[in-house]
Amino acid sequence: MFKKTVAAAAISGALLASLQVQARDQIRIVGSSTVYPFSSYVAEELGSTTRLKTPVIESTGSGGGMKLFCAGNGMDTPDITNASRRMKSKEFKLCEKNGVHGITEAVIGYDGIAIAQSAQGKPMKLTRKTILLAVAAEVPNARGDALISNPYHYWNEIDNSLPHRKILFYGPPASSGTRDAFEDLVMKHLTKKMAVYKKVTKKYHKIRQDGPYVPSGENDNLIVQKLMKDRAALGIFGYSYLEENSDSLLGLTVDGVAPEPETISSGDYPLSRSLYFYIKKSHEDKVKGMDRYVSMFMSDDMIGPDGNLTEIGLVALPGKTRQQMRQRVLQRVELTMSDLKHK
Amino acid sequence: MNNIKTSSAIRRRYRADGRFKVYCLAAVLFALLFLVFFFSDLMTRGWPALLQAEVQADIHYSEVVAEGRYRKAIDKSLRPLVSRGWLRTLPLYLEDHPQKMGSREELWVIASSAVDQYLKGHSSKLKLRHRKLVDKLKSEGRIKLAFNTGLFTRGDSKMPEIAGIRSAVVGTLYVLFLTMIFALPTGIMTAIYLEEFAPDNRFIRLIELNINNLAAIPSIMFGLLGLAIFINFFGVPRSSALAGGLTLALMTLPVVVISARAALKAIPDSIREGALGVGASPWQSIWHHVLPLAMPGIMTGSIIGLAQAMGETAPLIIVGMIAYIPDSPDGILDAATVLPAQIYTWAGEPMRAYAERTAAGILVLLAVLLSMNALAIGLRRHFERRW
Repeated sequence: MFKKTVAAAAISGALLASLQVQARDQIRIVGSSTVYPFSSYVAEELGSTTRLKTPVIESTGSGGGMKLFCAGNGMDTPDITNASRRMKSKEFKLCEKNGVHGITEAVIGYDGIAIAQSAQGKPMKLTRKTILLAVAAEVPNARGDALISNPYHYWNEIDNSLPHRKILFYGPPASSGTRDAFEDLVMKHLTKKMAVYKKVTKKYHKIRQDGPYVPSGENDNLIVQKLMKDRAALGIFGYSYLEENSDSLLGLTVDGVAPEPETISSGDYPLSRSLYFYIKKSHEDKVKGMDRYVSMFMSDDMIGPDGNLTEIGLVALPGKTRQQMRQRVLQRVELTMSDLKHK
Repeated sequence: MNNIKTSSAIRRRYRADGRFKVYCLAAVLFALLFLVFFFSDLMTRGWPALLQAEVQADIHYSEVVAEGRYRKAIDKSLRPLVSRGWLRTLPLYLEDHPQKMGSREELWVIASSAVDQYLKGHSSKLKLRHRKLVDKLKSEGRIKLAFNTGLFTRGDSKMPEIAGIRSAVVGTLYVLFLTMIFALPTGIMTAIYLEEFAPDNRFIRLIELNINNLAAIPSIMFGLLGLAIFINFFGVPRSSALAGGLTLALMTLPVVVISARAALKAIPDSIREGALGVGASPWQSIWHHVLPLAMPGIMTGSIIGLAQAMGETAPLIIVGMIAYIPDSPDGILDAATVLPAQIYTWAGEPMRAYAERTAAGILVLLAVLLSMNALAIGLRRHFERRW
């Protein structure tokens, strides 16, 4: 009896050890919740039109995805990571440190960040400056020479031309790529040029925590539901959610430009960002179908102006850029540190 | 004088008594109201998902289709109405059935979700001219709402019309089975040791205290534990049913131990003493007499523990099972997802057509949970013994 137990334990131990696989027939993808719907669409297409297994996609947020992706070259690490912002040089260094070399970067298109409200409410005209003053933890004082903690609770306190309306944002939490992009495009974009903020730190991006900004989870649908209930509130989320809910939500203009596919791809709409995915070179010959997945993703059927992904909210890259990007990705041009520094 | 005083005090007490009864009844009714509201809301929302629009189309299996231009398989006018998710599988279908090449076939095929939502009277992105076409086809009986078998036979999809719960159900079965085979033997053995053999010392009391505490720990902690031990240390593949099953087994273990101990405790000592008295060894007394009598109680507790595990998502997020996994797993090491995870994913989809599928998924989950609990109650009622 006792011997049997020991033998069973030894066998199960050996079994567990043999789980460490050397190759896989299923692609594993992690990363941004914004890229997730596009990525899983392509994955499904791959699974149902070829005899390959459908890739597994986990929505971990851009930062979480990078961390998993850069953890090493083992088969238990993901093959591709999606991101709603560019890889940070810090993350590139982490990859290098862990032996993940020869990463290829792919830009698939744009996503606009929409600032929206219930369609029943009265629209407001926002600028990046007013948004910054509404959400920053600290704002310049009346003389503009020092920072004070944000005293604004109504929009007309920031700008007389705005209505007497409560400041209330439902926005993405700190782990989200949408949040990163919002901080980059609105806050850092302005604060890096404002002397009063530069005195504290180079790129100020602290969001207030005293109530008017409510972090609302990675589930953007929740934000949509909250906006329907509270007409004074504004929501910050990806453009595709605005498009899907265009009958109940209204996208506000920022710096006079409304969020629309044309203004986003032309770059006129200030709150737009590129969407990326990154390919791990060392896995290409060990994981079946990575090449098919990548070329399918980069095809015009998917990311072109009439592609399937544009139907579900992706804004296509302009024609020439798209061609060049496809070339770069299909040739697997490797990402270098200097790419990330010149922005 | 004295009498009047007492009688008014008694009346006051009676009144307080009556009020208390009313409060309690109100609490029950309040809870019931919520339940009724919840169920009726789910029913009305989930009901439409059981139906799916289908179009009668003439499928032409031609060379062009086999080459990958699958849209050419049907008449141009019908193309915008038919689900691309179905059409795109045609080239592979032709590869498997080469004898069909060149033939034609009249089939009821899945319509796109825009058509489906339009027919159900929900807001739909369907263009005006296509709406007219749908109306015309409907009057000709060439478009209909049929029972949505795909909901149960297909995996997840980014196209709501072909999205189903199959992969999630299969994954749930795998995970639940693994949880059962890991948690039940370990849990019942632990309970037997603690209840029948363990000496009453400080060490054993510490273990008992810890088991009771573990039952109250937030489930996400078990996820972190599972990630650290099973995935990072033992190298169990991330997102696999094995990782999920082991993690949920950890979570279910304290519940099983506690309920099994309670069931063993309820067996009167006379049974044990009787067995020992006629010369049975302790092992025989437990195996032949105590355990069979305690089994209904143990099963009840275990089923409730498993039902709890089945509805769990938090620990599974950590071990990577909340992901896009449309293929059903073929083994315990394959990536799998579970029903609550599927519901969560659908709830986050921007497309409206997913809302009804979310509700339908919840209904399926609730139905399974209710039948598991009913089984637990049934077992108890059937085998219960009083001493």
